[in-house]
Amino acid sequence: MKNLRSLNNPYRDDKVFEGCAIFALLNQAGRNVSGEPVFRAISNMRNRGNGLGGGFAVYGIYPEYAEHYALQVMFDDPLAREEVESYLKGRFEVADEEEVPTRKTQAVIHPPQVFRYFLKPRAGWMDDVTEDERVIRAVMDINIGIKDAFVFSSGKNMGVFKGVGHPETIAEYFRLDEYRGYLWTAHSRFPTNSRAWWGGAHPFSILDWTVIHNGEISSYGINRRYLEMHGYACTLETDTEVLAYIVDLLARRQRLPMSLVTKIMAPPLWEEIERMKEPERSELIKLRQIYSSLLVNGPFACVIAHHGEMIGLNDRIRLRPMTAGIGGENLYISSEEASIRLVCPELDEFWSPQGGDPIVGRVKPESPEIFEPARPEVSDEDRAGLKAGGRV
Amino acid sequence: MKSYLPPEFIVERREDRCIRCLTCVRQCGFETHVYDAEENSLLSREELCVGCLRCVTLCPTRALTVRTNPSESRPNANWTREHLRDVCRQAESGGVILTGSGNDKPIRSYWDHLFLNASQVTNPSIDPLREPMELRTYLGRKPDALEPGEGRARESECPNVRIETPLLFSAMSFGAISLQAMQSLARAASEYGTLFNTGEGGLPAELVDYGKVAIVQCASGRFGVNWEYLNNSAIVEIKIGQGAKPGIGGHLPGEKVLAKVAETRMIPVGTDALSPAPQHDIYSIEDLSMLIYALKEATSYRKPISVKIAAVHNAAAIASGMVRAGADMIVIDGIRGGTGAAPKLIRDHVGIPIELALAAVDTRLREEGIRNWASLVAAGGFRSAADVIKAIALGADAVYLGTAALVAMGCTICQKCYTGICNWGICTNRPELAKRLNPDVAARRLVKLLRGWSLDIKEILGGMGVNAIESLRGNRLQLRGVGLEEWELRVLGVKGAGE
Repeated sequence: MKNLRSLNNPYRDDKVFEGCAIFALLNQAGRNVSGEPVFRAISNMRNRGNGLGGGFAVYGIYPEYAEHYALQVMFDDPLAREEVESYLKGRFEVADEEEVPTRKTQAVIHPPQVFRYFLKPRAGWMDDVTEDERVIRAVMDINIGIKDAFVFSSGKNMGVFKGVGHPETIAEYFRLDEYRGYLWTAHSRFPTNSRAWWGGAHPFSILDWTVIHNGEISSYGINRRYLEMHGYACTLETDTEVLAYIVDLLARRQRLPMSLVTKIMAPPLWEEIERMKEPERSELIKLRQIYSSLLVNGPFACVIAHHGEMIGLNDRIRLRPMTAGIGGENLYISSEEASIRLVCPELDEFWSPQGGDPIVGRVKPESPEIFEPARPEVSDEDRAGLKAGGRV
Repeated sequence: MKSYLPPEFIVERREDRCIRCLTCVRQCGFETHVYDAEENSLLSREELCVGCLRCVTLCPTRALTVRTNPSESRPNANWTREHLRDVCRQAESGGVILTGSGNDKPIRSYWDHLFLNASQVTNPSIDPLREPMELRTYLGRKPDALEPGEGRARESECPNVRIETPLLFSAMSFGAISLQAMQSLARAASEYGTLFNTGEGGLPAELVDYGKVAIVQCASGRFGVNWEYLNNSAIVEIKIGQGAKPGIGGHLPGEKVLAKVAETRMIPVGTDALSPAPQHDIYSIEDLSMLIYALKEATSYRKPISVKIAAVHNAAAIASGMVRAGADMIVIDGIRGGTGAAPKLIRDHVGIPIELALAAVDTRLREEGIRNWASLVAAGGFRSAADVIKAIALGADAVYLGTAALVAMGCTICQKCYTGICNWGICTNRPELAKRLNPDVAARRLVKLLRGWSLDIKEILGGMGVNAIESLRGNRLQLRGVGLEEWELRVLGVKGAGE
């Protein structure tokens, strides 16, 4: 009998199931917790993935370097690492670097090297823009310009761990049982549109924004072209990437509250807008006029996270499953109810939102909507950057 | 001088059916049919027939057939029948050959080489009969962001006009078309929630109530342009060029300038209405900017200002300049665009296909990060909703329909618009011909056309698994090319089929 795991032929789909699994856990008190329930929950939805991609984003894992950007970079070739390191060292102060610890795992085949670097931009390099913009530039430069290197994540005090394999395999390989974080997202993948490549697994990330996604974005072509107009290079041949960039553009660069960001991605129908009262009606018309190219169309359920906040969002006619539950301090979002019940049989609240209605979880639910714990008050430098900004 | 031109068409009358009702005699404005009362016989002066099929359509006993004259000189692939004919015409007239309608040459139609996508398995298609399917579109400049910083357009500078379907009626002026035809377009646009375009001949007094759905043109002749005209509109459009005749102006002969046309154009009765080739206050891009802002001032910044150009070789660079000069909407009119009158040589040989120009302009505006600043409208020979939807996927916000709207009203594209005679009452101002077009009927036919094409668009969107037109706009991944060269695919920005 063939060992399916030894086949590295992602296009031999003799029977196509469509589906991915997403699961997310947020400790609303901000306490770091073990990922063990997340591993169990995501592996409970094993039949929604096909072992060609699994991944996790974890927040709160590097408190000792909380003020440094943690770049987790994947290398398919040791030469690429040299090139990346010389790129980084010219532009950043590197406080620490190490290979991300792994454990020998039978099911993991040909893993790339993954290194992490804790760094801050050096004075003298692109001083006219914010540190965030400089880090984004570095990520884009590495992803586009350096062959066989790919940045998994680039935020502060967080990290993305992903690869080709079932998510529980990836968790084992990256020793995620040894990490504790207050926000975990997990993804099990059934690739249809892109190669089974380590960088192609979810979550996708830019700065501390991460996205996990189940679905196919039919509007990808135009979403991508709009983002390219704003300096985002979509290099991954996958549609999920655009979700991360949309959120980065709107929430971070244009500083729109998440409630509007979700309304841009999954707006109400015109006929619903017509029935609304002012000023909400005019505001939504304006949003749809300005950001029509960022409407995310087609079936999707996704979880977008950054420090202190996690948002679950469905497409506006709800073509993918997504449920939510609150048990104790924890908010859960999952493709399937069973996975939430598995790790938290007694839920205080449980609901399945309508299409386009976001599930919003915050570390402190009463905190303001634009939540930026990783950022100080907007400095003059930031303001200058925002004004100069618009373009990365 | 005896003409050597053989008739283009022959008229066949079945005597066993003809009842001598003389409908054909009355209907033909070109006076092809002649009744001999003494003989009680009908003759056809075939050299006068233009092949418009008015008589064929109205003959109550279906006694008439009109077809292309089958007489042929020796076949010659180089010296085609048309070339022979044109040489002959110019040898007899010593002038420029005029024509009407759009280019009739077999120019490669890129629409026919582009194929659309549909959902299978990984995303569900959506049934537009059961699910909402949104075609609403806003025309005008959009700010870069909701809360703009410095240097970005403020919302107050971004008036937008709502249309319920991405189909607009193209510029056709009063004088070129009849009042009845313009009224039909205005009524249909108003009923369906879209816009018609006055062309450069002003807005007739009878239609002032339709200002809300009018794109009013300001062209080189400035006919009918005053404060009321500019402000009684949805959009003001500066016409620089036209796809059927890039680089040249217009000439409405004095005999067509009857009282009503004269009043609307604000010129004396019987004088030639000359539209110069350039606008004589626009000799450069900064001059265009001055006119754009003059019009914005005149309309208190409440109307989007559109600029229409013919699709020419450097359309992308020109369009970029137009947007930077302040245009809120760009119209590109391709080589297949129609006209009321143009030199045939210009119509058939000057300009480039809309598909390539549209793709190049959309790409350029995106590369420069200014695509949001203006809506992009494509024009020039759209024959079906398939052409329209492909244009939207290439990047158009909406398309202009000229010829298709005329055909809906009865036009058979006989290309004699420049004669002032139109047996269908569309492209004429002779009262006895114009009254043939009943605006009640023509408006209903136009509304049905808009509805039919809109339904077609919804079906295709649903098949792709999206429920809003903006998810298709500029989404070139939904297109694949077949039978195109590498460079053509590159300009269009689409992949080959199977890729």
